[in-house]
Amino acid sequence: MTNLTTPDIALPSLQRRFEGRALRSLVLTTLVWLGALLASVPLISVLYMLITRGGARLSLELFTELPPTGFETGGGFGNAMAGTLVMVGIAAAIAVPVGILAAVFLAELGPDSKLASAARFAAKMLTGLPSILAGVFAYALVVMTTGTYSAPAGGVALAVLMLPIVVLTAEESMRMVPKIMKDAAYGMGCTRSQVIWKIVLPTGMPAILTGVMLAVARAAGETAPLLFTALFSNYWIYHDGNLAVMNPTASLAVLIYNFSGMPFDNQLELAWAASLVLVMIVLVVNIVSRIFGKPKY
Amino acid sequence: MKSLMKSAALAVAVSLSATSVFAAESIRLTGSGASFPAPIYLTWFKDFSKKSAGVTVDYQSKGSGAGVQDFLNKTVDFAASDSAMKDEDIAKVAEGVQLLPMTAGEIVLAYNLPGNPKGLKLPRDVYSDIFLGKITKWNDPKIVAANPDLKLSDTPITVVVRADSSGTTAVFTKHLAAINPAFKDALGEGNTVNWPATDKFIKSPKNDGVTATVRQTPGAIGYIEYGFAKLAKVDFAQLQNKAGHYVVPNAESGAEALAAVKMPESLVAWLPDPDGAKSYPITSYTWMIFRKDNGNPAKAKAMREMVEYSLTEGQKIADSMGYIPLPASVVEQVRKASANIQ
Amino acid sequence: MNSPFVVPVNPDSACQPPSTKDFVVDRTFRALARIGVVLVLALVFALVFEVGRKALPGMEKHGFDVLLGSVWDVNQGKYGILPAIWGTLYSAFIALLIAGVFGVSMAIFLTQDFLPAKLAAVFRTIVELLAAIPSVVYGLWGIYVVIPAIRPLTAWLNTELGWIPFFGTSLSGPGLLPAALVLAIMILPTIAAVSQDALTGVPMKTKQAAYGMGTTHWEAILKVMVPSAATGIFGSLVLGLGRALGETMALAMLVGNANNISLSLFAPANTLAALLALNFPEAGPNEIEVLMYAALVLMFITLLVNVAGSMLMLYAQRGTRQ
Repeated sequence: MTNLTTPDIALPSLQRRFEGRALRSLVLTTLVWLGALLASVPLISVLYMLITRGGARLSLELFTELPPTGFETGGGFGNAMAGTLVMVGIAAAIAVPVGILAAVFLAELGPDSKLASAARFAAKMLTGLPSILAGVFAYALVVMTTGTYSAPAGGVALAVLMLPIVVLTAEESMRMVPKIMKDAAYGMGCTRSQVIWKIVLPTGMPAILTGVMLAVARAAGETAPLLFTALFSNYWIYHDGNLAVMNPTASLAVLIYNFSGMPFDNQLELAWAASLVLVMIVLVVNIVSRIFGKPKY
Repeated sequence: MKSLMKSAALAVAVSLSATSVFAAESIRLTGSGASFPAPIYLTWFKDFSKKSAGVTVDYQSKGSGAGVQDFLNKTVDFAASDSAMKDEDIAKVAEGVQLLPMTAGEIVLAYNLPGNPKGLKLPRDVYSDIFLGKITKWNDPKIVAANPDLKLSDTPITVVVRADSSGTTAVFTKHLAAINPAFKDALGEGNTVNWPATDKFIKSPKNDGVTATVRQTPGAIGYIEYGFAKLAKVDFAQLQNKAGHYVVPNAESGAEALAAVKMPESLVAWLPDPDGAKSYPITSYTWMIFRKDNGNPAKAKAMREMVEYSLTEGQKIADSMGYIPLPASVVEQVRKASANIQ
Repeated sequence: MNSPFVVPVNPDSACQPPSTKDFVVDRTFRALARIGVVLVLALVFALVFEVGRKALPGMEKHGFDVLLGSVWDVNQGKYGILPAIWGTLYSAFIALLIAGVFGVSMAIFLTQDFLPAKLAAVFRTIVELLAAIPSVVYGLWGIYVVIPAIRPLTAWLNTELGWIPFFGTSLSGPGLLPAALVLAIMILPTIAAVSQDALTGVPMKTKQAAYGMGTTHWEAILKVMVPSAATGIFGSLVLGLGRALGETMALAMLVGNANNISLSLFAPANTLAALLALNFPEAGPNEIEVLMYAALVLMFITLLVNVAGSMLMLYAQRGTRQ
């Protein structure tokens, strides 16, 4: 696929002379530095706004208290954090196994089959799905059948959004595993599943994790699908000593959406703090998954 | 009142021994709907839940239409709506529907002018023409004539309207259609209307979106809810009412407007253009929607208590949160009607 | 069940044929993988069915008028989404252009030895985190930071170069350009992160071979690394585009939501996803039919753009292979 066999470069002559391609390299290096710096400006600006405005309110109370109303001061979003963790957890428990299994098929078992190309298109089409439709879908599927807003309904809606990201990135990462590694394993008499389990998945794991992280990040920040499936609650998901999952459930994203639209300073501050906490949760998940997902060989 | 004190005392006792689990079955009421009354509803429900043992009330603002839809799909126990409920929707509910007005609000015109002049006055024909796209400059002779003391430049008027479908838009356009026949012919009234398509009409989502855009755009004017405008500290205009007076939006002028209209038996009253010298022209009720037959006496009882709390304790904080308390006669009517929730 | 691989071997040998258990596990796993794929397909079918079922009455009633009309007037029952289609494509295209250029150069910058590995890893994590910032925050950032920042430049462009259609109107505040810029920032993390994986996935040997041929750093990057990682980079653009097409809240706050069709970057515009999200909560039955219709259109656009991209990709690969 590349021109490795026929490089279109002249053999270097022994005489040292000025080369246009060295200059070109220099120009490109400068450009890529400039590009990276230029792209960093807005990224840092967003982060700066988030940290200064969200950090001002950061305290332990945020994680233990319930959301305030109206003119109440103080308060926190402990219940929303718990709800987000539960729902993103449910979503990941659905989307990650299904997504990786599907990706295994797409990358290894039947990459050129009709089923695979159909699924690939299906997954790409899902990436552009407006998040509100995922909500409408889960509403019809879960909320209407169970008759109540609930955490599992929210989890299903988020899983719909996570699935295509996991499938597409996992397939791509498995394809990047060098063929010779797999051939070596087959040569040793491994079954296809063993090759996949022992070679393909571990080698591709860091990149698969990137996909999972991006999916988790997207799911954690989504509001629209949750409004239609989990609604919101001003109380703990843990209720009277048992887990009340089949009830409306709070989430950070909906809290941010609600509070950022209120004129009360206290709520606005909490909305910023909640955004920061949301990003920090994703950071923690990111770091933990990287530690566990490190290739062992 | 005494029983309320008693239950409050009980609530304190309960919250002190919060770890002890009540043997009684806990009741959870779920509601969804209008975003306009959400701040006050949330305050009521949190306080009410704290004061009544074993009852928790959850409310989520997601829009009046979505709330009614939830109500029809039976995924919530009650709904809230700025635009009451359509007859055809009411007909779909076999259990019967009870609409209860719970509070009222005003809509103000927030503006952003260079030099931050205060106390802008807008005559009826002017503000309706601005939202028709007919008046496009701040130094339009009609605006200057109404505000001789203000320095107005030739800044173009950027009109900020709601992008999302909203009860606020419905109330606002109902009023504009009532005072200006041209507006009625061109745009009509509703949750969304077809605003003039020029690049000086900007649409933003929700109250905060409109407020932020007005703040960030010199020469902007937009309609938002009074409670929001008051707390967000934006400048808003005095509007000319039916009697020809310029009125500042506040609780008094809103109460005057409510008093000008008699509440009918259905408990659905509209005030597109209220009479009265001191009435603020754009005022409207907002409703909670219940089923008459809930098939669950405990839940129905909790709902009636919730309504009772909102009518007594609840009305006291309405003013401070930027809402208009219900007139005493209306409170009585609502209390009587709430007995229908069984 | 007997393993088909039963061959007598020395039990001490390091090479063992797969046992019956291995065989069963293998078949089960493969079956599971197939089920995974079928589930993905089933999900999309279910989604399209659900949306299509609700859109059908609207399609029958309004036909192509919805696609070609440019007036959205619920009171008169006029539902036209042409401006929204235009705005969706226009904003996503500009955002993809910006984010693609910067995202891919960022991926090159972070993987091709321009920074020490540790620093690159930190930077990379920060970029990935940005994908988690809620849409609303980007929207607020756009209103309070981006719009004031670009206002002077847009005013200058409008007065000096107003004859160019792209700069034809003055910027009132929200408009296509601020929306596209913020959209670009939002999809940049996805593009950068996935392209980085594609670039790091290229075997070390490939690069070393290129250096061995006497290429400069940049020749190795542009002629060997990037083409080798091309499918992955393309995949990152697909994901980025998907997010750009489906993004709602930030766009709703920044695009101005006006039913305009204009080439001007400064004019307010509209997008399908914003139209859906903003009208859905208050929509009556008639409106929901049309909104579902619009949702189908959006899904179809995503599919179409992806097919076009895949064809382009195949064509480009054929070119490099010669």
